[in-house]
Amino acid sequence: MMMRSMLWGQPVRRWQDRLRPNFWDLVAFPLLFGLLALIVVGAGGMTKPFDLGEPQTISLDPRNLPYYALRTVMRMLIALAVSFLFTLIYAAAAAKSRMAEKILIPILDILQSIPILSFLTITVTGWIALFPGSLLGPECAAIFAIFTSQAWNMTFSLYQSLRTVPLDLQEAARMYHVGPWGRFWRLELPHAMPNLVWNMMMSVSGGWFFVVAAEAFSVAGQNITLPGVGSYIATAIDQRNLLAVGYAVVMMLIVILAYDQLFFRPLLSWSNKFKPEHEPGIDAGRPWFLTMLQKAGLVRLFRIGFAAGGQIWDQTIGAAFKRGLGALGVGRGAAMDRVSSTPRWVERAYDGLLLLVAGYVVYRLGSVVEARLTFHEVLRVFYLGFLTAIRVLVLIALATAVWVPIGVWIGLRPKLTRRAQPIVQFLAAFPANLFFPIAVALILRFNANPEIWLSPLMILGTQWYILFNVIAGAASLPQDFQYVARNLGVSRWVWWRRLIIPAIFPAYITGALTAAGGSWNAAIVSEWVQWGATTLTATGIGAYIKEASNDGDNARLILGTLVLCVYVILLNRLFWRRLYDYAAERMRLDDV
Amino acid sequence: MADTGSLIEIDHLYKTYPAADRGDRLVLDDVNFRLVPGEIVAVLGKSGSGKSTFLRIIAGLSEPSKGDVRYRGRPVNGPVRGAGMVFQSFALFPWLTVLGNVELGLEALKVPKEERRKRAEAAIDLIGLDGFESAYPKELSGGMRQRVGFARALVINPDVLLLDEPFSALDVLTAETLRGDLVDLWRDRKIPTQSILMVSHNIEESVEMADRILIFSSDPGRIRAEIRVPLPRPRDWNSPGFRHIVDQVYTLLTTTPGGAAGKRARGEPGAAEGQEFAIRIPDAPTQQLSALIDTLMEDRYKGRADLPDLAEYQNLAVDDLFVLLDGMQLLGFAHVGGGDVELTAAGKAFSNAEMDERKAIFGNHLLRNVPLAAHIQKVLQERPNHRAPASRFLNELEDHMSEEWANDTLERLINWGRYAELFAYDYDTETFRLEDPEEG
Repeated sequence: MMMRSMLWGQPVRRWQDRLRPNFWDLVAFPLLFGLLALIVVGAGGMTKPFDLGEPQTISLDPRNLPYYALRTVMRMLIALAVSFLFTLIYAAAAAKSRMAEKILIPILDILQSIPILSFLTITVTGWIALFPGSLLGPECAAIFAIFTSQAWNMTFSLYQSLRTVPLDLQEAARMYHVGPWGRFWRLELPHAMPNLVWNMMMSVSGGWFFVVAAEAFSVAGQNITLPGVGSYIATAIDQRNLLAVGYAVVMMLIVILAYDQLFFRPLLSWSNKFKPEHEPGIDAGRPWFLTMLQKAGLVRLFRIGFAAGGQIWDQTIGAAFKRGLGALGVGRGAAMDRVSSTPRWVERAYDGLLLLVAGYVVYRLGSVVEARLTFHEVLRVFYLGFLTAIRVLVLIALATAVWVPIGVWIGLRPKLTRRAQPIVQFLAAFPANLFFPIAVALILRFNANPEIWLSPLMILGTQWYILFNVIAGAASLPQDFQYVARNLGVSRWVWWRRLIIPAIFPAYITGALTAAGGSWNAAIVSEWVQWGATTLTATGIGAYIKEASNDGDNARLILGTLVLCVYVILLNRLFWRRLYDYAAERMRLDDV
Repeated sequence: MADTGSLIEIDHLYKTYPAADRGDRLVLDDVNFRLVPGEIVAVLGKSGSGKSTFLRIIAGLSEPSKGDVRYRGRPVNGPVRGAGMVFQSFALFPWLTVLGNVELGLEALKVPKEERRKRAEAAIDLIGLDGFESAYPKELSGGMRQRVGFARALVINPDVLLLDEPFSALDVLTAETLRGDLVDLWRDRKIPTQSILMVSHNIEESVEMADRILIFSSDPGRIRAEIRVPLPRPRDWNSPGFRHIVDQVYTLLTTTPGGAAGKRARGEPGAAEGQEFAIRIPDAPTQQLSALIDTLMEDRYKGRADLPDLAEYQNLAVDDLFVLLDGMQLLGFAHVGGGDVELTAAGKAFSNAEMDERKAIFGNHLLRNVPLAAHIQKVLQERPNHRAPASRFLNELEDHMSEEWANDTLERLINWGRYAELFAYDYDTETFRLEDPEEG
């Protein structure tokens, strides 16, 4: 669909010219057909027969690694596609219907704070039952887990963008009779595209972390292993094979690099076209893969076929779908003033109904927990949550102390910034849990205290968010401010306190907020780690949830998850959100 | 009622917007209007006169609260087919090329692809965008962008063109060229458009283009007067006939009834306590007020100026000029009437004073003429700690006006009060303080 709207905007040249093979075809031909072949191979493996309890063997032979990596990447891409689809539907519904918005947004807020492992553990039996005797069950469970690590973020981004479509463009669309369906594809989604793509990139970075965790998991004492880089690592941990861990790290490095070059750099660059104005300085050159996609005759042939197919789709299925949507009244509201036409009592009744449902859900969850657990246990879990909260905050503070000065130093040097940003983004995408075994081996070697030394693992992967936001913040500081500071000859201390800290504060808060959210999720993986038969734990809510999940103890799992959600939501609302609003209101640079 | 000759008929149109708590805000009050084939009509009015809302209701983008709006005899209840609209901000889709943007309206009308392309290219040629078909809007200058806006409107062969201040985001030269091109196309019947309705805030532009000019009054918007422009085209800005009509428009715009300043200036009784309080303070920055007063004292004017001349000399858009004039009138520094502005004795004294004395004069007049200022000062003096939260005054204001107006009014008063050093205001805590010692 999107590909088509991009095509429409292009002038016709003689199409024979555009299809003539050129230099780029030399690259495009092997690359595209190679990708096609890989998809076929990978898909074959996903549907292999499988029964619960059947032992799955992962070979540590590095020659098998590329195949495992392929499986991991396929999981990732499928999850991303599903997330994208979910985002379109969920965000559009929330942005266009007030009734839907009231329920969808709070739900999203809660979903966002539920750790991925809880989703995995709770849903895995359902997935396996759905596809009995096939590996597709656990495969879906893993994909679902990755999906949960990406979808909420992307949905929020799209929802926010849909709410901020410029009024004049909305009016122009209506004035020229672009219907609700057309408005979504031609106006609202393109407007949202740059933010959505950026958010996708961030979300996928998080996804790599969890794909590693979701490929090898045990539920109710059963070990389920899906062929992939994650399970390769798990096997390596099991056999205490540091060399194999090293292989996996290198493989992951290659995979993420390829994914960055072939997928996200081009996508990001392409999404710039949806921005209303050129943004100088951001253009980091044209990614070669995008150039190839736009220049190779072969690709053009694909695109023309795609456009034709799209038109047929539009006239048949699309038209029917549109009629259906129109009948349901979907897609009306957004462009008009959002004044509701529903009578007040209906809204009240609806609100009441929502409250009742929410109350019932809380009651049911409560009774599951209450039947099995004591009040004392609940208190203990809150205490464990407190310990984890302390860890998160201390680590954020430490990461701040380290990365803010470095980030500012880089950000104030444009050349360095251009080189550093892709590297930092890459580091953020790299699944830090691949390094856990190394850390554990070190802790064991030096007999260090796991309560303290396991903690840094929580922030290993998330600290980069702080770094690259600080770099971006410092880089956007107008040169004039620096000249003023130099002209006045301010001291180092005044320079930091009056200029730099206020200038980077909003960006820093965004980074710290993301890092903190990621760290809570990472707590589950990092407070409870294994090396061969040795298990190291740090006291905290992450370890509690992980143990509950290992034992298949749903009551404790639900309790742990609920308490974690309470902590995350409270910290967000009472701490991060306020800092963020404060920063946005007081320290904006565009208002001076 | 429907006379078949008119393209657009409007009878007893009212538009209200829901206000914060009490009552609704009336934006358009009993507006009646006909647009007949073969004419250009301009709509002029100060900000807040609802002229833009008026255009949007005709376009079918906004619903009237009461009254009839008909296009070719049929009631309007949605965007009208046969009307093309051009926006002040251009409203081009940044992700579509020039061609894509122009084709947009045809696509929605389900015009087949080949014909679409042909018509779009014809419209692009007509408006002088040849060679820019594959450019994205962000690659174009403002003038070229607005040409795309016109091409997009013209490609659907509209009977009526609705223009929402289409030239006001452009520089003077570009606007002049584009305006000339449009009128030429219309006069030479190169476009099928029969009539043009344009909202504007530029008086000369309206006199140059229009056959009729509607003058809207503010708060609420009403059609206050209609001026016919019988001059032959093309029109010369410097011809006596042209200048005469410009003067006439200025006079009508500056003597529009309504607005507390106007009422008081004419000494109308019956302004109740509450209404006095609810004076809407114009958005006139003190620096510009002082500068304008100083200009009026120059030898060129000697305290009295012809408004069109002043606007041209100061290179001020009329909207900006009127806001400043409103401010000067409200404070009692000048009288406006008959297309002229004249400084009062106080205005002259202000001009002759030094910085500190200026502030004192400003403060005195602020307290005397703006009840809200006096009220705030009284409250601050009465309170033992000489502090008061802004919310207190906002609540009082909101009894008489919408939340948005109340916020604007208080914000502008804060600026005036700070300049006059009547009180200090702390942004972080949102409180007023008497005096301005930097204690904290």
